[in-house]
Amino acid sequence: MTSATSSSPGGAAAAARGARRTERLLNLVIALSATRRWLTKEQIRTAVPQYADCATTTAFERMFERDKEDLRELGVPLETGGEDPLFEDEAGYRIDRDAYALPEIRFTPGELAVLSLASRVWQQASLAGPATRALVKLRSLGVEPDESSLVGLEPRVRTSEPAFDPLYAATRDRAPVSFTYRRAGGEPSVRHVEPWAIVSWHGRWYLVGHDRDRDASRVFRLSRVSSAVKRIGRPGSYRVPEGVDPREVVAGTVGTVQTRPARLLVRSGAGLALRRRATSVEPGPGEDVVVVDVSDVETSADEIASYGADVVVLEPPQLREAVVRRLRGAAGLGPAQQQGVGA
Amino acid sequence: MSGRASTERLSRLLAMVPYLLTHQGIPLEEAAEHFAITTDDLVHDLELLFVCGTPGHLPDDLIDAEWESGRVYLSNADPIARPARLAIDEAVALLVGLRTLEQVPGLHDREALEGAMAKLSAATGEAAATAGAVAVDVRTDAESALVLEACRLALRERRRLHLAYLVPSRDERTERDVDPMRLLSVEGRWYLEAWCHRAEGVRLFRVDRVERAEVLEADGTPPPQAVSRDVGTELFTASPDDLVVTLDLAPQASWVVDYYPVESVEPAREDGWEEASLRVRLRTADTRWVHRLLLRLGAGARVVDPPELAVRVREGALAALQRYS
Repeated sequence: MTSATSSSPGGAAAAARGARRTERLLNLVIALSATRRWLTKEQIRTAVPQYADCATTTAFERMFERDKEDLRELGVPLETGGEDPLFEDEAGYRIDRDAYALPEIRFTPGELAVLSLASRVWQQASLAGPATRALVKLRSLGVEPDESSLVGLEPRVRTSEPAFDPLYAATRDRAPVSFTYRRAGGEPSVRHVEPWAIVSWHGRWYLVGHDRDRDASRVFRLSRVSSAVKRIGRPGSYRVPEGVDPREVVAGTVGTVQTRPARLLVRSGAGLALRRRATSVEPGPGEDVVVVDVSDVETSADEIASYGADVVVLEPPQLREAVVRRLRGAAGLGPAQQQGVGA
Repeated sequence: MSGRASTERLSRLLAMVPYLLTHQGIPLEEAAEHFAITTDDLVHDLELLFVCGTPGHLPDDLIDAEWESGRVYLSNADPIARPARLAIDEAVALLVGLRTLEQVPGLHDREALEGAMAKLSAATGEAAATAGAVAVDVRTDAESALVLEACRLALRERRRLHLAYLVPSRDERTERDVDPMRLLSVEGRWYLEAWCHRAEGVRLFRVDRVERAEVLEADGTPPPQAVSRDVGTELFTASPDDLVVTLDLAPQASWVVDYYPVESVEPAREDGWEEASLRVRLRTADTRWVHRLLLRLGAGARVVDPPELAVRVREGALAALQRYS
């Protein structure tokens, strides 16, 4: 196959090829829907005129395999079977028209507007193609959406992690996987997981599943998957426990961190973001004692150092030390003496 | 690749046939608009349908399409006369999208949302169960929820908003009137894009930094020069009038390149600071945030230019250290 190029003759040729392919797939859908009997591959080859492009049977079979894949991806239910159970090798194909068709549904214009907004959630993400196709299918029902109440609302998800596609597919198919996982501050290791769900929480994607090596449920951050995702079992080969809310699992695992209070001396009118999340403020002349919850000393020290002389850490001492270290660095002074280990 | 494009097109053709069969005589323009394509694209689609049909492919077997009059008539397409069922990924995409919307505070039309969800779940069966395995959490705390509701109301009724907005990079609380343009969530955070009357420009406000949002009586239609920015590529854009700041970064501070809008990055100079690994240039209208960034980076960064900034940062750090001694 030559690849499509952007030059106009090549582009036109690619477009013509694309149109021929669409025509072939459409004729295939019509042929398989119109029949009540099973059609053998040979019958299909003559029924769809575009298959005449294939010079050899091997070329035809390869093309037919690809076409079947495409139709399945579009949700067209292709059945295989035969008239005569004794001749299993001569498989036949057809499309069950009832299984093909969308069940009778009627959406109101307001409902269709919400659906259209729902499909745009994926606009810049992995499921953008399926989301758009879904909406086109629903529009065939002929309802005009009324979007007036949804003006200006644009919730978006992104799926920039390379592991999203394979892990989404594995979750969908319930297929166990293995991948190399890099823990925060730990050595990378190979994990074997039965995926239960994937969750976007605070803008990051997580996989929730059963870790076979630890024999317990675990949460994995997709951005820390550092290898390709490999399937290590058949689709549908494990059960997902019922009653597990994956959002709660992720929020419970990632969201609960140990915090402790830090007492800060903050100048009046300064440290606004700190005051906003303070657990208590004791007002004083010219400056106030502000108490905030701190989880990670280094992260908090980054924030507090940036306020310069407006915020001073009273306690804990580790936070005080971490802030002083940054300020000495910014002042061009060396590390403080007497605070190191073994002085 | 033509492969992806031709399956997309097939999907559209299969949706178009049932629609046209039940809307005989619809004007070309109207049908094209319904499927969000151009009239030319629609005519190409009709030309393609016209040569497809049941095996045999004699004239009687083919789909009959007629559009010469500017109105579309379609017949002889029985095998594909009904709308197609949603594929699993298609159903998952919509259901997960709906559940994401469900968490948006102040969504006006709850009834439509619930109706859409119930009907879609019923129509997709097994796929609905799969959709449960994908979740997007965009819930907010109670305070942000109130702000979001006020923003939604202002957008819907085209009214102006008054914001008390915190700018942590300058440690400042600002008061301003804005005309809301859209509410968007990016990477799990909500932003309000609005025309700011104080700055006389389009600004992006982080909802969790809005301390108070008040819906005013005044009309909030943004002026014509208010154009949305492309959030997909660049959330923050620099202006050419901005001041240029050059910094040397040690390896532990190299993350700055990914988090701040740097204009250029190059390897550190041989004759520069020996701990530097990168030299970056930033463009900014206001050096206060760079000052604050440098205090936090401590020994991880040095100012190359402008020299006044280097002096100010050193003085700021010394003044702070004084309070610790």
